[in-house]
Amino acid sequence: MTAYLLRNARPLGGDPADLLLRDGVIVEIGAGLEVDQDVTVVDADGLVALPGLVDLHTHLREPGREDAETVLTGTQSAARGGFTCVHAMANTSPVADTAGVVEQVWRLGREGGFCDVQPVGAVTVGLKGERLAELGAMADSAAGVRVFSDDGICVSDAVLMRRALEYVKAFDGVVAQHAQEPRLTEGAQMNEGALSGELGLVGWPAVAEEAIIARDVLLAEHVGSRLHVCHLSTRGSVEIVRWAKSRGIDVTAEVTPHHLLLTDELVRSYDPIYKVNPPLRTADDVAAVREGLADGTIDIVATDHAPHPMEDKECEFAAAAFGMIGLETALSIVQQTMVDTGALTWEQVAEAMSARPARIGRVAEHGRPLAVGEPAHVVLYDPSATRVVTPGDTASLSRNTPYAGHELPGRVVATFLRGVPTVLSGELTEGVHP
Amino acid sequence: MKHLLSAGDLSRDEAVRILDTAEELLGVAQRPIKKLPTLRGRTVVNLFFEDSTRTRISFEAAAKRLSADVINFSAKGSSASKGEGLKDTALTLQAMGADAVVVRHGASGAPHRLAHEAWTKGAVVNAGDGTHEHPTQALLDAFTMRRHLVGGGAGARAADGAGADTGADLAGKRITIVGDVLHSRVARSNALLLHTLGAHVTLVAPPTLLPVGVHTWPVSTSYDLDATLEGTDALMMLRVQGERMNAAYFPSAREYSRRYGLDRARMNRLPDHAVVMHPGPMNRGMEISADVADSDRSVIVEQVTNGVAVRMAVLYLLLGGAPADGSNEGTA
Repeated sequence: MTAYLLRNARPLGGDPADLLLRDGVIVEIGAGLEVDQDVTVVDADGLVALPGLVDLHTHLREPGREDAETVLTGTQSAARGGFTCVHAMANTSPVADTAGVVEQVWRLGREGGFCDVQPVGAVTVGLKGERLAELGAMADSAAGVRVFSDDGICVSDAVLMRRALEYVKAFDGVVAQHAQEPRLTEGAQMNEGALSGELGLVGWPAVAEEAIIARDVLLAEHVGSRLHVCHLSTRGSVEIVRWAKSRGIDVTAEVTPHHLLLTDELVRSYDPIYKVNPPLRTADDVAAVREGLADGTIDIVATDHAPHPMEDKECEFAAAAFGMIGLETALSIVQQTMVDTGALTWEQVAEAMSARPARIGRVAEHGRPLAVGEPAHVVLYDPSATRVVTPGDTASLSRNTPYAGHELPGRVVATFLRGVPTVLSGELTEGVHP
Repeated sequence: MKHLLSAGDLSRDEAVRILDTAEELLGVAQRPIKKLPTLRGRTVVNLFFEDSTRTRISFEAAAKRLSADVINFSAKGSSASKGEGLKDTALTLQAMGADAVVVRHGASGAPHRLAHEAWTKGAVVNAGDGTHEHPTQALLDAFTMRRHLVGGGAGARAADGAGADTGADLAGKRITIVGDVLHSRVARSNALLLHTLGAHVTLVAPPTLLPVGVHTWPVSTSYDLDATLEGTDALMMLRVQGERMNAAYFPSAREYSRRYGLDRARMNRLPDHAVVMHPGPMNRGMEISADVADSDRSVIVEQVTNGVAVRMAVLYLLLGGAPADGSNEGTA
């Protein structure tokens, strides 16, 4: 296997150093390393080196909606975004609620060779919210599932949620809740506020998210379980999680890049490209989730990459599907909203986009430090580059990016998975095929 | 003005010009031959994704009186095909060379999609979209108010057709709109347009039927109909669907009617010059009693007549180009 020397990279944005990757491991870090002829040297001058990113919230759509995304295209998109591990949500068709489905998705990721896929198991059979799926079977499968979620749908039944929180303790699992009180959001299209009233679109009130988070943190406290809150989007949600953590409740929370940047004002165009669940909120909510991420109330950034075919977005707002793609723009949005504003250092970005999501998902092999002896999952990122987003410039099968025409900072130059590049010079390679 | 999507897009002067043009065109309906050659050779498509016989007929009459060719396209889609329906229908109409598309759709914002996505080259007129807006309804309501409350028509309810002062707006007039504001496109368009024309608008509804954020609208709000009657120049009753009580917006049709319905006793407390309006179709016995609807205070039937004139004016200004003074800014 070829070895790679990353010359003059800046680990976590710090002082330049060379990183030598061999046999899937970081074998040496230092200045001016001498190399043998079998080593490929990558000029990383000025590039920030981060541990391979880990996404706790990705929709890969396979099986069932291969017209929107496949495990292969989704993981290629992930690699281009600097990810080396993604958690594939369970709302496929069939639903990932059995050991068979999660093993299939896990294996497709391995075979693709672009990014490890860690399947998320459904909490309830068919996402129906009626009875628990075989959580233990999924945990014991080759996929080793540790994160369980009915994402897209809230586990709204309090008893079912309590039992799920309790049950997954047996195998150190976590329930990742899509917090959305269903009765308060029937037919909801956008954030409920002055703008929804003006536009005549059914509102998705903040309280529908906050009420479920408040209930769930109290349930988690009561039964002594850990809880993960998906894509938190409101100021009130940040405050509830902050309160819960101050009480010592074992809760973690994520925010998406789009909720760090975009506001509900975009819906004024009635363009469903801005239709997402939870909806884009107000500028005050954006400020609150940024504060929450900066002070650690929000643990991680997760993409909620949600591919949809064109026809599900080229229609009237109410008929359109919820969701945005985001794997290839995530790091740039985090740079723009958090790093360039001075709210986070690159070291903290590595925590929020690699170390902590791996820890929440109990993925031992990812999210490790950039240190000798650690797995060679590395991303090289050029924060001084800029690019204008064009929807077609993606490995995803879908084009539903909300950033078309935006000039974004930064560019992923290379991604290494187990010491082998999945992306080099900004282009996909053949992947990793041992 | 290339399209008419929202009443909020109209400036005061644009709105007044539409009302003035409608005033001129109203006379056409009284002629033995109710037709002008203005839009000869132009094609107007009535694209109705939602049933609305009265609005469609009104637009059809308006276009035909201007000699346009009218195509009625009833595209009431199945729920399965509604997404693709809008785009494909728009492309079809564009390919056929429609000069104007009058669109009624159950989804808020559907006319914006038609107009802004390069799907449609012609003018788009919003004939009611979901719970968003219905700008020509607001224009015909303002037109009706102006005829009764301003200038030659003021205080002369009996004198239908007295006309109004050209160039006048509704400055200082107090308009009360009562009912299901939350779900009403008529209320949204009226609130925007009447404010633009200088009127003071009060929305009256139970708190459940006022949208979140209504405090940001250029209107006053009240939960108490009785407290607003005496200062009202025009009282507009909105249609309220009895089924709303199933979603807990109010306890029963009877309770709604008692608290927010217009009966004779309430009507008698209005100032003498005040008019009673309703965009139709009415639920007699629910938001308005039959004797009020049929009383001489009611201008509900006149609203229908005025609707044709106002829609003629809108089509004329969007397609015909030059308004009376010869300037051409209306099509910019």
